[in-house]
Amino acid sequence: MQKDTHGLSKAALLRSLFFSMLYISTFTFGGGFVIITFMKRKFVDELHWIDEDEILDLTALAQSSPGAIAVNAAILVGWRVAGFAGMLVAIVGTILPPMTILYIISFFYAAFASNPYVAMVLKGMQAGVAAVILDVVFSLGGKVFKEKSILNLAIMALAFCAVFFFNVNVIYIILAAALTGLVRALVLQRRKKL
Amino acid sequence: MIYFSLFLSFLQVGMFSIGGGYAAIPLIQSQVVGLHGWLSLSEFTDLVTIAEMTPGPIAVNSATFVGTRIAGLPGALVATLGCILPSCFIVSLLAYIYYKYKELGALQSVLSSLRPAVVALIASAGLSILGLVAFSGAAPTFSATNWVGVCLFAGAFFVLRKFKWNPILVMSLCGALGLVLFLLFPGFAPTVGG
Repeated sequence: MQKDTHGLSKAALLRSLFFSMLYISTFTFGGGFVIITFMKRKFVDELHWIDEDEILDLTALAQSSPGAIAVNAAILVGWRVAGFAGMLVAIVGTILPPMTILYIISFFYAAFASNPYVAMVLKGMQAGVAAVILDVVFSLGGKVFKEKSILNLAIMALAFCAVFFFNVNVIYIILAAALTGLVRALVLQRRKKL
Repeated sequence: MIYFSLFLSFLQVGMFSIGGGYAAIPLIQSQVVGLHGWLSLSEFTDLVTIAEMTPGPIAVNSATFVGTRIAGLPGALVATLGCILPSCFIVSLLAYIYYKYKELGALQSVLSSLRPAVVALIASAGLSILGLVAFSGAAPTFSATNWVGVCLFAGAFFVLRKFKWNPILVMSLCGALGLVLFLLFPGFAPTVGG
């Protein structure tokens, strides 16, 4: 499952993976999708280790498995880039920053949570996070439009309405989309036989 | 044995929280507040606030925070290990299946239906955060609009799309600018609880 990663030696590869995850994880506020958008910018756009379709597949896998999405995504990217060692390195890189920060904060959490200046910086960063996510959505969504598949556009629109307006559990959305794909495969197969 | 019960508690959190961040909160609450009484409900609420304000998945943040407060650094380590261990097994298995059967027609079709759904999920997550930034999560009205947040978002989005700035740089700048702008326009500054 590993592919050519620009002739890097295994040690160099692991080092690069570790520091990439460490860096991304340190600055990733908010839910799992946030870290996935940052991983997409790093591993797809910058390092070209993973292609665009694959990062979406990995996102679906990370989302449908139990546990934190960020950790699941790190496991998948780690395996993909450097096998078992890659997985371990990616996990440690991902959990080290939040562990360090929470370890420190646990000693003076009340002061932190009620500090107005901290809240201002965090609110500003929130605006930046929204921009980063929607920027990635524009790139990935544009790709779906280019496929000119009415079924895929319908899936995108329905999935968005279901989760954004009706708060449908994302697991059902993923299952429904997967089922749609399965039915499409069966229909196409039958057509071929006839 | 406190280490063992910390480990077991967070193992359950890691195993049964599907769908990331917010799905894990009620599970963590039942383990940490209800079953073991490691935190009071108001401490738990502080923990959720802090977990949202700091980088990293809520499950990992909670494991570190609770572990540290109950049993110091070793406590933090066993709790975190417990919460990521189920992911390691399940996600590795899924990764194996994905890379082994990726080329299969039926799986191709399933994946191609999943991709637009995942884009929609990411879009929804991004818009929810934007809603928090622009309207503090309330109904979108003109008078409730946080113009500082909106300007920061618009500026960040522009430099990301147009000039492909590094997302982490953009976020850090938003944090710094946020501090300055909220001090200049205190009417838009975030209110701090507790």
